[in-house]
Amino acid sequence: MNSPSLEKLTEICRDVRADIVKMTAAAGSGHPGGSLSAVELMTVLYFKVMNHRPNQVDWPERDRFFLSKGHACPVVYSVMARAGYFPVEELITLRKCGTRLQGHPSCKALPGIEVSSGSLGQGLSIANGVALAAKLNKKDFRAYVLMGDGELQEGQIWEAMMTSAHYKLDNVCAIVDYNGLQIDGDVEAVMGIAPLAQKWRAFNWHTIEIDGHDLAQVLAAFEEAKATKGKPSVIIAKTIKGKGISFMENVAGWHGKAPNSEELQKALDELYGREN
Amino acid sequence: MSIKMLPTRDGYGNGLVELGATNPDVIVLDADLAKSTRSDWFANKYPDRFFDIGIAEQDMVGTAAGLALGGKIPFATTYAVFVAGRAWDQIRTTVCYSDLNVKIAGAHGGISAGGDGATHQSLEDIALMRVLPNMHVIVPCDAIEAKKATIAVAGIHGPCYLRFAREATPVFTAEEDFFAIGKANVLQNGSDVAVIACGPVVYEALLAHDQLKEMGISARIINMHTVKPLDEEVVLAAAQETGAIVTIEEAQVYGGLGGAVAELLVKNKPVPVEMMGVMDTFLECGTPEELAVKYGFTAKDIVAAVKRVLARK
Ligand SMILES: Cc1ncc(C[n+]2csc(CCOP(=O)(O)OP(=O)(O)O)c2C)c(N)n1
Ligand SMILES: [Mg+2]
Repeated sequence: MNSPSLEKLTEICRDVRADIVKMTAAAGSGHPGGSLSAVELMTVLYFKVMNHRPNQVDWPERDRFFLSKGHACPVVYSVMARAGYFPVEELITLRKCGTRLQGHPSCKALPGIEVSSGSLGQGLSIANGVALAAKLNKKDFRAYVLMGDGELQEGQIWEAMMTSAHYKLDNVCAIVDYNGLQIDGDVEAVMGIAPLAQKWRAFNWHTIEIDGHDLAQVLAAFEEAKATKGKPSVIIAKTIKGKGISFMENVAGWHGKAPNSEELQKALDELYGREN
Repeated sequence: MSIKMLPTRDGYGNGLVELGATNPDVIVLDADLAKSTRSDWFANKYPDRFFDIGIAEQDMVGTAAGLALGGKIPFATTYAVFVAGRAWDQIRTTVCYSDLNVKIAGAHGGISAGGDGATHQSLEDIALMRVLPNMHVIVPCDAIEAKKATIAVAGIHGPCYLRFAREATPVFTAEEDFFAIGKANVLQNGSDVAVIACGPVVYEALLAHDQLKEMGISARIINMHTVKPLDEEVVLAAAQETGAIVTIEEAQVYGGLGGAVAELLVKNKPVPVEMMGVMDTFLECGTPEELAVKYGFTAKDIVAAVKRVLARK
């Protein structure tokens, strides 16, 4: 894939945000909030960072991506479609009976999804396993995993954090979408996870803190992670849940609710300006 | 003649060691029970293909899933009660839904964890694993069969659950006996009743066969080592030809081998069935022999069940 400029990435991010609201609106359900917060992270990952071939999903050398927070699949579907995995027109089939775009991603339904997910807390363990296999097979590919901040309350993640560091899996890159919200409200109010960076550091991770909506920072963080040897890296990306759609921003209620047609129009107006 | 006694987990250890020599893709994981489960037999020979994940069963299953995605054949090993119970969601949603090539070994299954009491007696694992799409469930009857099963699961694609016992139990099959996943072994032919069993209790069924013979009852004894996929042909033939079935497993009576047999028969060939197992209760500590007597896993109990089922014929 040729490497798009930051300006081009900004445009892609806008289209991805539009996809997310359109596809959830068409489905009448789905998860816009935690999809919108991860748009820059996923766009940079799929368009700039990962070594992958959208037309050859089983290419053995590809970097692996695991969506541990499976509910955020709209952002991944959109980025995959725009990267060439499948036609953008198919996005609108999200959650419809017979679709390849299941409500939570299914690797059996959609080629390019590495593993099915939707039960939170499991992705990092899987990334560790595939990273171990890479080391055993003397392969260079990397394993990326996107997690939610509420998801970090799952105990399995802390088990896996120990495993990555214990086996020095520097080919693992974890990304935390630190949007501060989960279903029942503020993460800190439901079950606090702060101080988050200190916790990862204490677990022997190379810890990078960034603004997850700043494309240059996101890109730099992935590069820093790639260059870090001997330990796994985590990118703690401060984000805004619902980012880019004013009425969805920082509102827990937009975690798992689709916009109605009026709200969709308002969202698209905001993204592209009224004339569209 | 005294019969040789070995725990089926030894068969697992031996099977792993053989796989280590023949298949470089085999990886073994354990969750701090490597000595008990015999996975350390592999670890000692192939330390670079063994990973202790610590006391973290859910992470172990997830790591195994990733290894499978990376082309490896991981054996995730710990006590049956902890892997099938605590990591069930990981097995369901990550391993089975994605149909990953993960092998799961549950040690200390059934009543053989005796002295440790109910927390460690895995009686629900067969049912828990059997309900999962794509899963294979295998309960070897002795150490020789356990070794064969361990090697066999590495040769097929997909999630497999192997269940082993802690205690030494009779070794009554032979190296040269036929073993194939999904194919039951008919150990004794008989025409009055069929006893379908899995695990070390198959041996008790064989003892029951001899006692029944003296009473003039001809019992067919079936070793159903593969609970899923069930060998339906053998079960249906047994129902057709004997007209009465007894099932026995070291597990809760609901949802396991007996359930599988009953589900098949009720649809195709309803005949009287007596299901033997733990009767919907938690057990207590005791030696496995004491528990076998108290909770009905001896040849004598099987003979009694046969009489009950024959009376219903
Ligand atoms: C094991 C599990 N428990 C509960 C849920 C239901 N659930 C789906 S999303 C979610 C909240 C996730 O919050 P967070 O990780 O912060 O995600 P984000 O804010 O990025 O959307 C919950 C509880 C689940 N999918 N899996
Ligand atoms: Mg969140």
